[in-house]
Amino acid sequence: MTDSVIDYLTPVIDEDGAPFWRYAAQGELRIQACASCDELRFPPRPCCPRCQSFHSTWRRMSGRGRIWSYVLPHPPLLPGYAEQAPYNAVVVELADAPRIRLVGNVVAAADAPLNSVAPERLGIGAPVRVAFTEAGGGVTVPRWLLER
Amino acid sequence: MATLKDATAIAGIGQTAFAKHLPESEKTLACRAILAALDDAGVSPAEVDAFASYTMEETDEVEIAKAIGAGDVTFFSKAGYGGGGSCATVAHLAAAVATGQANVGVAWRSRKRGSGPRPWKNTKAQLPTPGQWTRPFGLLRPADEIGMLTRRYMHEYGATRDHLFNVALACRNRANQNPAAVMYERPLTRETYMTSRWISEPLCLFDNCLETDGALACVVVGAGRARDCRHRPVYVHSVAQGLPAQHHGMVNYWNDDPLAGPAWTAARQLWKTADLGPQDIDVAQIYDAFTPLVPLSLEGYGFCGRGEGGPFTEGGALEIGGRLPLNTGGGGLGEAYVHGFNLINEGVKQLRGVSTAQVQGASTCLVTAGEGVPTSALVLRS
Ligand SMILES: [Zn+2]
Repeated sequence: MTDSVIDYLTPVIDEDGAPFWRYAAQGELRIQACASCDELRFPPRPCCPRCQSFHSTWRRMSGRGRIWSYVLPHPPLLPGYAEQAPYNAVVVELADAPRIRLVGNVVAAADAPLNSVAPERLGIGAPVRVAFTEAGGGVTVPRWLLER
Repeated sequence: MATLKDATAIAGIGQTAFAKHLPESEKTLACRAILAALDDAGVSPAEVDAFASYTMEETDEVEIAKAIGAGDVTFFSKAGYGGGGSCATVAHLAAAVATGQANVGVAWRSRKRGSGPRPWKNTKAQLPTPGQWTRPFGLLRPADEIGMLTRRYMHEYGATRDHLFNVALACRNRANQNPAAVMYERPLTRETYMTSRWISEPLCLFDNCLETDGALACVVVGAGRARDCRHRPVYVHSVAQGLPAQHHGMVNYWNDDPLAGPAWTAARQLWKTADLGPQDIDVAQIYDAFTPLVPLSLEGYGFCGRGEGGPFTEGGALEIGGRLPLNTGGGGLGEAYVHGFNLINEGVKQLRGVSTAQVQGASTCLVTAGEGVPTSALVLRS
């Protein structure tokens, strides 16, 4: 089989979210935090829902987390995803901040396909750690590797 | 304080056929449903002075008003969030009529989703924020988003696929009694359900609503006027919309409590302004785009405690003669998926006593809009 580039959707990035993707391209998982009261928030927003401050900072996370839930999508799906179905899509809660949860994929290696881990190995609560891969369009996205 | 309680009533209902494919346009279907509803009420189109619809509706009040021959229109509104807005249309019209902004309101839904495109395939519309946090990871469709909450719900509370099947079966059984339903003469067995193909595990084919072509409408007038109309008035007893603090739509994963959806917020307002509570409801029309929305809604609207929505469905509770007969026309899973408007009209049929699966003596009905998105709900009474 020849190498085929998987046709992923790439995020359409807005002003609030741009730093997340910039840090991801540097291999860093960072979450927006209020510079005034320290509250973490996700998805990124212009102001803090707790103290209404417009000052924010981006805090680096350990990159460790746990599977909060997951689904295994089957067709009909968009082409790039249908080719890999069934694959997994997960919600990971961060170990440093369990109320911050990221949608992602558990894969065998950062650049492996979305179906590279057998579904039987997935479970709610399973520990994972972040890895980054370029997913087309010059955008780097986080992926998740199962901790042994 | 002014109150909407029983100040207005639904005086007319109308609908087209429901099918995977109907030849007529959405605009034509909308006009047919609206004219049927006005005829049912015995109200002239020229008297219509208010319109209410909800987003993802492709027909608009300018075109509809012209086509049906409405008079001067003094109130129009469009509620947000697709299926979450179905009951809000009646709520907005009730408020407009009760406060003298209009006299005769029409709410409607027309869709060609059986034969038309799937919104989730439109990546241009779906990808921009907040889709940037979900779509690239292959969480593409509403079924994937709700499937995620469902697996967590099953994990946390022990809900099972049999509980989801109970929901699918109750809706299908009612559809089997309703000649207008897409699933009329098509029974569902546990075997068929359990062995059907996956859509997004843990959700299978029969956990998903039917994509349907069709249109419906209803007519809202003041309670006094309604008593002069052709049918027994169905009073709009209580209304609510619900957008909880820190809610994020179907991907409510970023809320502190993702399994407490908009139903909880809508319910608090709904019961606060009602003379009734969940224990007084004779029949319920609960938005069923996906089966797990029903147990989540049963909890949110107070029919059972937190985490008890699964067990509540056991022992035929949702069937005719059960604790809470559900979606008696067949719902989105069995009659037609027209963003929940059929649930409103079915509530009216129950309170008129003319449902194809009539709950004997039903005098109160809860109708809900899409759970998992900013939502709305109605308590209707006869
Ligand atoms: Zn703050």
